[in-house]
Amino acid sequence: MTSLGTESKVQLGLVIDLDTCVGCHACVIACKGWNTENYGTALSDMDAYGEKPSGTFLNRVHSYEVQPDTGAAQTVHFPKSCLHCTDAPCVTVCPTGASYKRAEDGIVLVNEDACMGCGLCAWACPYGARELDKAAGVMKKCTLCVDRIYNENLPEEDREPACVRTCPAGARHFGDLADEDSAVSKLVSERGGMDLMPELGTRPVNKYLPPRPKDTGEEIDILAPLLAPVATEASGFLGWLDRTLEKI
Amino acid sequence: MHPAPSVILFTALSGLGFGMLASLGLGNPDVTGLSAFIFFALAFALTIGGLLASVFHLGNPKNAIKAFSQWRSSWLSREGILSVLALSIMGIYAIGAIFLGVRWHVLGATGAILSVATVFTTSMIYTQLKSIPRWNHWNTPVLFLSLTIAGGALMTGQVRCAIAALIIAGVIQIVTWYMGDRRFAARASTIGTATGLGDIGQVRMFEPPHTGTNYLLSEMVYVVGRKHGQKLRVIALGLMVVLPVILLCLSQDHFTGAIAVISHLIGVFVSRWLFFAQAEHVVGLYYGQR
Repeated sequence: MTSLGTESKVQLGLVIDLDTCVGCHACVIACKGWNTENYGTALSDMDAYGEKPSGTFLNRVHSYEVQPDTGAAQTVHFPKSCLHCTDAPCVTVCPTGASYKRAEDGIVLVNEDACMGCGLCAWACPYGARELDKAAGVMKKCTLCVDRIYNENLPEEDREPACVRTCPAGARHFGDLADEDSAVSKLVSERGGMDLMPELGTRPVNKYLPPRPKDTGEEIDILAPLLAPVATEASGFLGWLDRTLEKI
Repeated sequence: MHPAPSVILFTALSGLGFGMLASLGLGNPDVTGLSAFIFFALAFALTIGGLLASVFHLGNPKNAIKAFSQWRSSWLSREGILSVLALSIMGIYAIGAIFLGVRWHVLGATGAILSVATVFTTSMIYTQLKSIPRWNHWNTPVLFLSLTIAGGALMTGQVRCAIAALIIAGVIQIVTWYMGDRRFAARASTIGTATGLGDIGQVRMFEPPHTGTNYLLSEMVYVVGRKHGQKLRVIALGLMVVLPVILLCLSQDHFTGAIAVISHLIGVFVSRWLFFAQAEHVVGLYYGQR
């Protein structure tokens, strides 16, 4: 049923630290690698070696420049995948029952055996988290690596989403955001974790930690005075050359 | 939004066809026998042709039958069920009118209501999407329904009704465009709220996540032809409303009527193309586009 039932007691999701992300795209590749071989059909590429390559990805890293009113601009790398919204608009629009939000852990999934590829769920998602696979004709989205996190065939340290497991900067965190005492919930409250486009009322489970404020204190550099240029006006031969060339 | 020909054909043709069926179901015109056959054949060709066109944009049509299952939550599912119900009841009504020479009034009225309701569910598929502010407004169902009623009256030769309904539909179309142009700003979604970085300062796309295009950009960040928007609006309104009204006022023979119908249909196609092409999805904000 694509109606959203009662809110689940467990809300698994990601916390993404925009202060720490270095924009290496390792999560993008790890995600594509794992998900093209596991849950559902492969994530296809079109014209992969041709002039206009494109493909299906469940996670993409944008980069933004933010210019404050005063001070220098800063670059923010911004990974974006499904936010597993509490009020997921993609689920209720689905006519076939393929899209659903799991009652036990809040993961939003697509049952590819029921998907007819109408694309309406991708229209309903404000975040661009769903992509229709051109080869398979069915909707693909982040599964929160549902086939890893409960997988007892994997070593325990691997039982987290591929993007989290691979992130070399530790910018991605996985856990239960409905549990106030979980590490991810504490991170969200300490760092002011935020929702994306809260005005649309989707109530995302995934949270983003904003970049920490830049230092604004006076720059202290004890060597700078020693490196100040000594001669303001050129003298000697260079001075003569400068004056002569000015005259020509 | 990408103006897919299949979806434009579907909404325009089925809207016109269901308008015809509604008009016929209410006994306008009160026809039986061969003339009823011609009217119903045309109406069914338009609706069924439109519905078939919609199947062409599915990625995985073999699961289309499952679309009848989620009527509790999904407008698209409701549309599927209502369209089958409307066509079935109007089919039985048509058999009576064509072969038995009788009009079952209650059946016809029920079919007419279901036909209009089907168009309403079609419009709600678009209206429900908060991610597309232009559509997410009562304008959308009112516009779809007014065009259906006007088109149905025009197709079934209800001249006075058609003139009035066309003028009303034209006014609603202008209001919809005027209000629609302001909806995105009113929704207050910006690249700042999309990224959550707006509190720090001005946010600008620095580098896109991929060098090529992708499904999101081709489907939801369609910007081709928007610069001709105002000209196309004039063309749409002229063909959809102004020319048919003038023609109907001048003469009421079959030839003029046919020209009026063709003009109206082309106008609806242009209007529907703009409906998609000018609709901006908020996901464009992540790409620094709209």
